[in-house]
Formats: sequence, C-alpha cells, structure tokens
Amino acid sequence: MAAINYDSELKRAGANATHGWRRLAFLAQRHMLGTIGLFFMLLFVWAAAFADLICRYDPLSVDSAHALLHPDARHWMGTDSFGRDVWSRIIHGARISLAVGIGSTALGSLFGVSIGLASGYLSGWVDLVFQRVTDILQALPLLVLALIMTAALGPSLPNVIIAIAIPLIPTVARVIRANTLALRELPFIEAAKSIGMSETRIALRHILPNTLAPLIVLATAQLGSTILTEASLSFLGLGIPEPFPSWGRMLSESAAEYVRTAPWLVIFPGLAISLAVFGTNLFGDALRDILDPRQRG
Amino acid sequence: MLAYIVRRLFLMVVTLFGISVIIFVLLRIVPGNIVDILFAAAGYVDPADKANLERELGLDQPIVVQYLHWIAGLLRGDLGYSYVSEKPALDEILPRIPITARLAGLALLFSASIGIPLGVISAVKQGTRLDYALRVLSLSGLSLPSFWLGLLILMASVALFGTMPIFNPEPKTWTEAIAIYCVPAMAVGFRSAALTMRITRSSMLEILRQDFIRTARAKGASEASVNFHHALKNAILPVITVIGIEAAFLIGGLIVTETVFNIPGVARFLVEAIRWRDYPIVQNLVMMIAVVVVLANFTVDMLYAVFDPRIRYTD
Repeated sequence: MAAINYDSELKRAGANATHGWRRLAFLAQRHMLGTIGLFFMLLFVWAAAFADLICRYDPLSVDSAHALLHPDARHWMGTDSFGRDVWSRIIHGARISLAVGIGSTALGSLFGVSIGLASGYLSGWVDLVFQRVTDILQALPLLVLALIMTAALGPSLPNVIIAIAIPLIPTVARVIRANTLALRELPFIEAAKSIGMSETRIALRHILPNTLAPLIVLATAQLGSTILTEASLSFLGLGIPEPFPSWGRMLSESAAEYVRTAPWLVIFPGLAISLAVFGTNLFGDALRDILDPRQRG
Repeated sequence: MLAYIVRRLFLMVVTLFGISVIIFVLLRIVPGNIVDILFAAAGYVDPADKANLERELGLDQPIVVQYLHWIAGLLRGDLGYSYVSEKPALDEILPRIPITARLAGLALLFSASIGIPLGVISAVKQGTRLDYALRVLSLSGLSLPSFWLGLLILMASVALFGTMPIFNPEPKTWTEAIAIYCVPAMAVGFRSAALTMRITRSSMLEILRQDFIRTARAKGASEASVNFHHALKNAILPVITVIGIEAAFLIGGLIVTETVFNIPGVARFLVEAIRWRDYPIVQNLVMMIAVVVVLANFTVDMLYAVFDPRIRYTD
C-alpha cells in the first residue's frame, strides 16, 4: 500500500544517504520545487506565530492623519484608507489564513475519515446512506456551498472554518472509502480477524494507519484551496468580519476604486494570498511524489 | 446500458431532492429574514406591519408547508417572486444567464486551447527546463485568486489605456466585445487552463510509457504523429472529465470575477441575493447550479462511452 517508504525512494534514486539530516537534505535536493514550497510555508507560519514581534504598528489602530500613504521606509507597504499599516495587517492576516486553512482542513479530514472508514468498512446501508450524502454535498461547488453556509451561520472566524470544512468532507470520505475497500481484502486484515480482533480495533489500528499517506497528500492539496476559499468569501464580504485583517477582506475594501489611486492596497494582499497558496501547492506536489509514487507525474 | 442510464437518472433525482432540502433548511436557520432587514433599515418597527408583511411573503407558515409550496411551484415552472424587486424570480434570473454562460463558454475555450497544447509540450519535454517552467506556471495558475487576477488586469488596463472596461450588454465594436467578455473570461479560465494542463501532462506521460507508443516509434512514425495521433488521442479522456466537471465548477471563479468587473451576470446575482436574504432567488439559483453540476457529471460519463469503445456501462 501507499505507506511511507523513504528507503525504496532513496534506493530508487541511487542515494547512499540513509540517516537523519543527510537523508532529509537528499530529499530536499531531489525535490527542489517542494523545498521552495516548504520555505514559503515556513515563512507563512513564522509570520503568523511572531506577528506581534515582526510589526511596529498595531494592525487595527486607525490614524486618519496618515491615510493612504505611499509605501516608504516607515510604512513598507503603505497605509490603507483608515491609516492602518498595510505591512502589519498582512503579517497579522497570516494568522487568519493559517487558522482557517489548518482549522477547516483538519475538521474536514476528521469527519471525512470517520465517514469514509465507516462507509468502506461497514458497507451495507451505512455505506449507502453516506454515499448519497457525499453525492449531495459534491453537487455544489466549494465556494457556493461555503457561501450558503456562512450566510446561514453568520460571519465569524469559527463559522467560516466550519463553512469551508463541510464541503471538504465528501472528497476525503471518497478517498478513504476507496482505500478502505482495497485494504479490507488484504491478507493482514484476514489474519487480524482470524485471531479474533474486534472490528473497531481492526478499523482503527490496521486500516486507519494505512490510509494516512493518501490522507496527508489530500490534506496538503486542500490546504491551498481552503486559504483561497476564505479569501474569496472575505472578498465578497461574507467571510471574516471587520476589523480583522483578512487578506481577502483587505482586497474587497480596496477593490476597483483603489486600482487607480492606491495600487499598493491591491498588490500586496493578493501577493500574500498567492504566495501562501503557491507554497502549499508546491509542497503538496512534492509530498505526493514522495508518499504516493503511483501518481508521480 | 439502458438500465445504467435509468439508475443514474434516479440517483440524480435523489441528489437534487437532497440538495433542495438542505438549501431550504440552511436558508431558514439564518437569524433574521428579509422582513427584519427591511425594518431594521426603517428604524421604527410596528409589530402589526411586520406580521402583515411576513404573512404576505408566506414566512409565517410552517417550514414544511413553505418547502412543499416551493417544490410544487418549481415543478410547474413557477419560481415565486423576488423579495427585493417583487418581480417573478424567473424574470430576474433568465436575462442574466446568457451573460454568465458566454463568460463560462469563453473561459472553457480558453482553458482547453491553452491547457491541452501546453500539457502536451510539458509531457513531451519531461524533465527539461521548459517542463519545469510550465509546471511552475500551472501551479501558479492554481494559486492566484481569480479576483486578484481580475484586479491586476484592471490595473494594467488603467496603466495602458487610462481607463477600465465598463460592462455594456450590447458591445458596438469588436475591441469592446473583447474587453468586456474575453478579458474577464481569461481571468476565470486561467485556473482551469492550469488544471487542464496538469491533467493533460500526467495523462500523456502515462500513455507515452506504454508499449504501443514504442511500437509506433519502431515502425518509424514521426515524433508529431506519435505525440498527437497515437498518444494524445488516448490521453484525452481524463482531460475531457476535468473540462466537463470544471464547466460546472467555474461558477466559483465567475462569482468573484463578475464582482470585480461589475458584470451583471447570474453568478454575482447569487451573492447579492444571499446578502439580501432573497430566499426565492437564492434557492432557485442554487438548485440551478446543482442541476448543471449533476448533468455535467452525467454527460462526462456518457462521453466516456462514446470516446472509448472499451467502456460499456453494465449494471
């Protein structure tokens, strides 16, 4: 199965490094693009973790005397129409993107794995019901379902996380179900059954760990799309409410009208979204190549 | 085959029924209905007036009755009235569809005509610098938010021409038509072009490894003939799936792009209706989107059987 097997990966490439850092350095060299992606991701996490230390200005403090300043030595990315420092808002915005990205991916995976495992392992009517539910959820595009969900739940950080997590569930459930169905027929599961292991234990101890690799690949791929969806929701004014510095929200305030007068308000937040998503996508691709060689491009 | 189609059609009905229930319930657990919004704007609230308006709009009835009323109307082709404009919902939705459909069609055309050739080149030149550059380009296509791409295009337009394209339903010149439809369509289609390219590349790589390709080369077929006649023809199936499914899922990109370019299409209308809690518009539009998605999936599966004679659905 698609278990993590660095050794075969390394041997295939003819490498001698088999231990710790040297092995890691080898993988990094072999997957240059993935390493660049990881660098962007770490930058993103670093910004979110140390936002208060990195910035000189409070992202929320309004200073109308210094509104719409051009980027300069004091305000690297200029100020917005309320005189708030854009650099500081972008660095703090990383927290929201990261919270939504990790929060909704984790929540979606948790429910997706539970449903997929139950559906694949138990079969019968449980499978039938879950299949129809995933069919229904998959018949609506991510953004449309997330829009309706945020409208129903109201705009707030936890609600946005839930609204984006729910549309992710069917994809995870499908992948885990397919994996479970394949695993169920393998001899080691039969062996576990023959020594009288309980069904729950087989599902959790033997099947679940073997679905981890495809799950990690899928979750990394979803991380990027959750960040994009949050940005779109906030851009449309239905995501994270003011005054929190969400990157998408920063663009909705500055949209069309500032294209002429204050282009820095348009360029920097968009660049932040793109780099964060680009980094996770690059990293996700490399991870897929390493963990799931069958899909290697 | 017939049994398979009948079964698929039955499941489609089940899915659409499920969506109708979910959307209907979701919209009604929203705190505050249109009456609250209207009265909040007015400031003073007379409970009797409020109750009157709620009765007029049917909001005082039990939720099951409201649902049955909607479905019965849908089956008769009566979508109810928009709460905001008080016009029939159908008259509000129909004129906006061609605008969005044109954008979606152009976006798909763009994504296929850019994505497929670049995917083939990338696969044929696997491992070269060109391949790397194209892969990074396609990943960036999946990473740029389409509304930001739209804003950048507007910015470039201001810098180059000193003006922004303003939507006009009946463009007079060719250049105007291009500015109004093709430019936003490219902003939407960039993402699907990237996706199409990735799928084309990996599908081509899969095929290029197979024995019949070696045979074709051995018998002296030209590179172009091998790549296009032998390989692409066999690699195109997954690409069709992605384009077919993207056709339905373009709506996400269309929502934000129509907002950026101020285009009065049906996608932007959905967001406006959600903001106004205009239930009849929202629930009918969402049902329409679901029908498009479900039909697109079905069509893709049927196309499979047409394009690949080995596939025969039996059930």
